[in-house]
Amino acid sequence: MSDNSRPDPIDHSRRKFLRTSGTTAAVGVISAYLPAQASSVVGEGIEPEASYPPIDGAVPITLRINGKDHKLNIDPRTTLLDCIRETVALTGTKKGCDHGQCGACTVHVNGKRVLSCLNLALMHDGHEITTIEGLGTPNALHPMQAAFLECDGYQCGYCTAGQIMSAVALLNEPCGPDDGAVKELMSGNICRCGAYANIVEAIQRVRKRA
Amino acid sequence: MHTFEFIRPPDPAAAIAAAAQSKTAQQGADVRFMGGGTTLIDLMKLNVETPNRVLDINRLPFDKIEPMADGGLKIGATVRNSDLAYHAEVQRNYSVLSQALLQGASAQIRNMATVGGNLLQRTRCVYFRDTAMPCNKREPGSGCPAITGHNRTLAILGASDHCIATNPSDMCVAMAALEATVHIQGPKGTRSVAFGDFHLLPGNTPQRETVLEPGDLITHVTLPPPVSGSKQLYLKLRDRASYEFALASTAVVLTIAGGNIRSARIALGGVGTKPWRSPEAEAALTGKPANDATFRQAGEAAMQNAKAQTENRFKIELAKRCLTHALRTAAAS
Repeated sequence: MSDNSRPDPIDHSRRKFLRTSGTTAAVGVISAYLPAQASSVVGEGIEPEASYPPIDGAVPITLRINGKDHKLNIDPRTTLLDCIRETVALTGTKKGCDHGQCGACTVHVNGKRVLSCLNLALMHDGHEITTIEGLGTPNALHPMQAAFLECDGYQCGYCTAGQIMSAVALLNEPCGPDDGAVKELMSGNICRCGAYANIVEAIQRVRKRA
Repeated sequence: MHTFEFIRPPDPAAAIAAAAQSKTAQQGADVRFMGGGTTLIDLMKLNVETPNRVLDINRLPFDKIEPMADGGLKIGATVRNSDLAYHAEVQRNYSVLSQALLQGASAQIRNMATVGGNLLQRTRCVYFRDTAMPCNKREPGSGCPAITGHNRTLAILGASDHCIATNPSDMCVAMAALEATVHIQGPKGTRSVAFGDFHLLPGNTPQRETVLEPGDLITHVTLPPPVSGSKQLYLKLRDRASYEFALASTAVVLTIAGGNIRSARIALGGVGTKPWRSPEAEAALTGKPANDATFRQAGEAAMQNAKAQTENRFKIELAKRCLTHALRTAAAS
């Protein structure tokens, strides 16, 4: 982080920032949290530093996330959200309320948007799961990701992955043409910063281009 | 969350046999069927529900919406709320159900929540959801702090000295007005329950919310043939415009001929301890001229037995106006 040029905003994950910026206290907190999530990995798709001891009562499952199969051993209590974030280490999906009230954890299952915090991972073997990491890449953004950048559809960014996953699913749902219809179908995604007007603008921009 | 064994029964018989091991099918059941999980996982995280075994019924053959020979509709227990709400036949002939579903929860939750699960949706009473507090529904005999505490959103109809928790479902209000039937397969065979008999009043056993016994599996719901020429409306009033539970709601199914109301089926949500059919409002409407005076009388009739809690007197007037406005709007449609 020594150069003064403005970093590409999409090249900086929070995790990478914590690892490289010397905030050892914060890293310590996260590392301590990981094993407590009670999941062990027998396959691939995990960051190398996270290796967990085996856990009692773990159940084998193959989860297909973003087109890639992950063979996992998980505690039955593990929500789809915790499995995606802590076991498979795809941390783009965010945990907000963890009770189905905020939408930050929205992912797609078989093309439909759902709340990953109110699903058990074990319910989803054989399903196609898509997370924000599966939508686009930094060099080839999904049109909705690009529109959120263009329209400044966020402030702090914590709800953004959920907002974008919801917005992409909305494109394939019955939705009237006006802003009111978009707001109604996006009401399950709370933005504490209040970027709603820009979020609606981004969604409408993509719908008009389609 | 407490530990549990996750089981995916291969067929309904295996699911029923496994669930029949539970001591109860009501609050605190040690074996639970899991549909969408939107209520159950939430309550398991809060330790309000602590099953030892969870039976995933999502891959059982209950995911179809099918027309019936008598002109009615058969709706499988694992049909998702969104699939039901957007189904062409539901939108055409049972629009009050589609409207109710689309005014409930959020798009994500509607993609998850099932018909069977919604029949068993649990109250949002804050004392029920907080294991640090007494609650007669969660721990029979422990008391009801809601009666003297935070009860702004709680029931004004059907409450008892033991429980004043509101049933939060929108779908159930529409199904009550449509006179749906709940179909159950259990250890002793199959049976059908009229919608109005499925949910129980709290009385002195608020932990019992439905007629379900251990091993009973809701397989489907049927709707009778559509009421020909009916005007249907679901109106939901709440603290914010979307993604919020009802303070008062109503499902209206009306037929009007020559300016007079031929038939009326009225149910109320957000105000009762169960989805609330109102024979009083129906009697005040049937055979009367379809005008504002009649609609206001129906609102009064619906609330004639209402009893306010300390914080929710406003709901009596709100529910009256909700019904009156819904009737006026439906009649003009």
